Amino acid sequence: MGQLIALIQAAVVFGTVIMFGAVGEIVTEKSGNLNLGVPGIMYLGGICGLMGAFYYEMGNPEPIGFVCVLIALTCAFIASMAGGLIYSFLTITLRANQNVTGLTLTIFAGGFANFFGGSLNKLAGGVGQINVAATSAAFRKTPVFLANMGDIGILLSAFGFMVYLAVILAILMNWFLNKTSIGLNLRAVGESPATADAAGINVTKYKYMATCIGAGISGLGGLYYVMDYTKGTWDSDGGIERLGWLAVALVIFATWKPKRSIWGSYLFGMLFWLYFYIPGLTRSSQEIFKMLPYLVTVIVLIVISMRHNKDDQPPANLGLPYFREER
Amino acid sequence: MVNITKTFGSLVANNKVCLDIHKGEILSLLGENGSGKTTLMNMLSGIYLPDSGQIFVDGKEVSITSPRDAFNLRIGMIHQHFKLVPVLTAAENIILGLNENRLVDLKSVAARIKEICDRYGFVVEPYKKVYDMSVSEKQTLEIVKVLYRGADILILDEPTAVLTPQETDRLFAVMRNMKADGKSIVIITHKLHEVMAISDRVAVLRKGQYIGDIATAETNPQQLTDMMVGHAVTLNIDRPEPENLRECLVVKDLTVLDVDGVKKLDKVSFTAYGGEILGVAGISGSGQKELLEAIAGLQIVEPGSSMLYTAMDSEETVELAGRNSMDIKKMGVRSAFVPEDRLGMGLVGSMSIPDNMMLRTYGNGKSIFTDRKTPRGMAEKVVEELQVMTPGMNAPVRRMSGGNIQKVLVGREIAADPSLLMTAYAVRGLDINTSYTIYHLLNEQKKHGVAVIYVGEDLDVLLELCDRILVLCAGKVSGIVDGRTIKKEEVGLLMTHLGQEEEA
Amino acid sequence: MKKESREPLVRISKRGVMSRGKAWGIRLVAVALSLIVCAFIIFAIVKLNPLKVYGAMFEGAFGTSKRIWVTVRDTMMLLCIAIGLAPAFKMKFWNIGAEGQILMGGIVSAACMIYLGKTVSTIPLLVIMLIGSMMAGGIWGLIPGLFKAKWNTNETLFTLMMNYIAIQITSFFVAKWENPFGSNTVGIINSRTQAGWFPPIFGQAYTLNVIIVMLLVVGMYLYLNYSKQGYEIAVVGESENTARYAAINVKKVIIRTMAISGALCGIAGFIAVAGASHTISTSTAGGQGFTAIIVCWLSKFNSFIMILISALLVFFEKGAIEIASRYNLNDYVSSMITGIILFFILGSEFFINYKVKFRGSKEEAK
Repeated sequence: MGQLIALIQAAVVFGTVIMFGAVGEIVTEKSGNLNLGVPGIMYLGGICGLMGAFYYEMGNPEPIGFVCVLIALTCAFIASMAGGLIYSFLTITLRANQNVTGLTLTIFAGGFANFFGGSLNKLAGGVGQINVAATSAAFRKTPVFLANMGDIGILLSAFGFMVYLAVILAILMNWFLNKTSIGLNLRAVGESPATADAAGINVTKYKYMATCIGAGISGLGGLYYVMDYTKGTWDSDGGIERLGWLAVALVIFATWKPKRSIWGSYLFGMLFWLYFYIPGLTRSSQEIFKMLPYLVTVIVLIVISMRHNKDDQPPANLGLPYFREER
Repeated sequence: MVNITKTFGSLVANNKVCLDIHKGEILSLLGENGSGKTTLMNMLSGIYLPDSGQIFVDGKEVSITSPRDAFNLRIGMIHQHFKLVPVLTAAENIILGLNENRLVDLKSVAARIKEICDRYGFVVEPYKKVYDMSVSEKQTLEIVKVLYRGADILILDEPTAVLTPQETDRLFAVMRNMKADGKSIVIITHKLHEVMAISDRVAVLRKGQYIGDIATAETNPQQLTDMMVGHAVTLNIDRPEPENLRECLVVKDLTVLDVDGVKKLDKVSFTAYGGEILGVAGISGSGQKELLEAIAGLQIVEPGSSMLYTAMDSEETVELAGRNSMDIKKMGVRSAFVPEDRLGMGLVGSMSIPDNMMLRTYGNGKSIFTDRKTPRGMAEKVVEELQVMTPGMNAPVRRMSGGNIQKVLVGREIAADPSLLMTAYAVRGLDINTSYTIYHLLNEQKKHGVAVIYVGEDLDVLLELCDRILVLCAGKVSGIVDGRTIKKEEVGLLMTHLGQEEEA
Repeated sequence: MKKESREPLVRISKRGVMSRGKAWGIRLVAVALSLIVCAFIIFAIVKLNPLKVYGAMFEGAFGTSKRIWVTVRDTMMLLCIAIGLAPAFKMKFWNIGAEGQILMGGIVSAACMIYLGKTVSTIPLLVIMLIGSMMAGGIWGLIPGLFKAKWNTNETLFTLMMNYIAIQITSFFVAKWENPFGSNTVGIINSRTQAGWFPPIFGQAYTLNVIIVMLLVVGMYLYLNYSKQGYEIAVVGESENTARYAAINVKKVIIRTMAISGALCGIAGFIAVAGASHTISTSTAGGQGFTAIIVCWLSKFNSFIMILISALLVFFEKGAIEIASRYNLNDYVSSMITGIILFFILGSEFFINYKVKFRGSKEEAK
């Protein structure tokens, strides 16, 4: 039982990183933009949130937890949106190819984050020395009141607020896409921009908004990774990039439905850590187990394309540009 | 609309067009394909921006820069290609773009839809997904969508092209209801009988120029045709007597289903003879495309279908049914095919003329490299003989105008020295001169003993060019008639109703 | 409604043909602009004269003959991958899986070096490695190709996932072959015997890299522009309907092309292991599979233009690394600068393809 709880806890932590990334990317893809810059955007969110918190804690001898969180969240969200804005400007206004632009964004933001992350490490006196203890603690503060409910209570209460925020965000996004007019319009933009345009929807505005806000949400995944998993330090081992690509995979797994991304992300997290809890694995055979999330995604991808269920397909115009006077 | 001008690159789609639309009338906008009808209306509905000119609504000058502006002016357009989102329901499609910042209340939307439907006599199921709808359901949905937005001016772009006669009648009834309700309706069409049946007034466009308008009651089809084409339609297309007829293609019980399992062709049987031109008539979407593609091996045919092909100078007969285009090529069948979608199927838009010349023959010979000399020679020949206007031999064909693109395509197909030549809408969008060039080329082929299958939409051309005409109606053959003796009205009747022997 | 007719601020329309010189001029301006932006950033960080910094970059890439050869070696690597991607992208098949295909090729090469290094002599060993790595990369490309052909499975995401599966397989072998024990790296393979290493030619270690890749450059140019298969690829990439009309077996072309693309990326893995690093790790591909996509895309599949673009990118990378070490920054500054330059080049394509007219400007004479 204890093993299982540990596995689930580890799964939820990783799952949450992926969920933020995926929910953001779902919003983006619903507008027809396939943003392969998600890993980069998560990098941006992570590093800028960390930097914001770092400078706040440096300047204040007694940092207040709530302010720490607020600063980190704001910095992460704004920086990620800026990443989304670069992507939007290039693909929507300048009509650059989406895949190429997304990959470039990942290259750029990966460099940006690790450059500043490295510099920050140096500033703080070495790898693992960045001290944002107050912020990290605030992010990892668990809701104690749930703890006295037995195993389930322990399970439910073991996480910082971002874990719950991710779930709420996913449910909210599901509601937003299906029940509000803006959500409906957004889906129409991704399915058929010409139709949306003819219906008086400002396609460009929707694409920009969805991509930037989606990027902001994705970026929170990077922030959570930095604040919770690496406990407020910076590590240039490419962990965020890995999870970023998993987030892209999760969008497919969830068939573009935020609700499905909740359990999907935990499942991915579980598959990711499974090797740790299977006895008798050597170090090399562990590596084989670690490919499970990717393998599962490939299988889902194949099954989706074979079944061709009309409600589980990607937005029809995903990856394609829209130009009204095209003729 | 005053002095509206719109150009696409060097093509002038509308040149100083002036048009009035009165309240509570049905106006027909008449013109040949490519005369600028749709472009003009797209400017009214905010899809395109005019390069110059003014638009007045209720006496006030307005600027329509987006579809939203058009709605605000109570103008709504039903496009030829439906602007619907397949994965959404009818109700969701209807409220697209409306009431931002509000929750979706599908129940009250459904109630409003029902109200509109009852008022004009539509049927729309609000919770049905669009991908489950038939064409006429989609069209109804489009009209309801526009009405839901409170449009007073409705523009319908060739609404009947995709409808059955019954559906057309129903649509016209609804249009009359709307007119009685004080709405103004513009219907874009090139079908004269519809113009006469439904509209109060007719405005005619020809090659982007506004020709004039006239009350329907004071005119007749002859006069309208004159206005549309510029001169009385005595086409004077050559029609040599067929000689040395021989069976080239015997089609029997050809049945083709589309992806959704709907029958697009239903037991079609006919024979195409070398040395004659067989016309294929029918309202668009009656199975013409599927027929030609099936013969070319691009459609999956149902078991029981048979297509027996005999080459020009041989006795050997081969079965084409159940073979794909690669098999057919391997068997050495010399069939040439000018498809409807020129750049999407017949040619590669980004390639030059010589590269396009070898599209069907690039694989000849043993070398792993393509032979580039022969296609170049061929390209030069086609350009010279058919007077193709091109920015240069190496320019992508996409940059050329529609007529020149078609010349390249037809030129290539004829150069392949076929036994069977199929053309789909070979003169669509072409000017008169180019059209005559094409007719001439087809007649040449006929004289060589080639079996020509000509799918066309202009009945006048079919009647003057073809030796026999096969009429398709909803995927069935409703008649095969003699092109020399049949009257236009009779063909029109066959197009809309199945022939007597089918009903019996 | 306002009385005066509103005209939108900018109007955009497609350009006809632009002369090649002018198009390259625009690209040049874009690169120049990006350098100015980078200069500002560098100045903001290190407070140094950007010109001096660019001078340092140049030295970093071409300062000594050893540096020149490293620059050449890395250019060849990037170029080789871009060449491998070209047929897939010309077919409009989004092969984002170069990373994985490189790794698979690299693993097979490393395996050959480890298991056959003692018994097989250099030339046959290299040939076996070449063939093996081509097959491994080819299979890795073939799998998504098969599913694309059969069920139209989205190749962008499929190939992306294949990268990570390949990375895990690499980790598996790294753990298996680790040397010394506990280091979690494979170390330099056959460092004493140099079995399976590219032999120096004309006294230079990387001559063979250049020879192989240059052969591929010429070969790919001929293949895409003059061969029947290249013609088929172009037609399929333009329109599947046209391809079927022309009696081209679309499925076969997709599968074959992906196998070729994967195999060439496998060669890149072979070169990386046998001709450069002499080891294998999860960073053997090092993100170059992604950078190569951009190289391939910007060059419009022309392999000679790829030489130029890969050289430019590698130059900036080497230069940035030099700045980093000289001014005590870290290496990642190079990805950042590469990213900025690419953003500008991507953006510049717009001004080559479209005309922009601002409100109030006069209509140009036709």
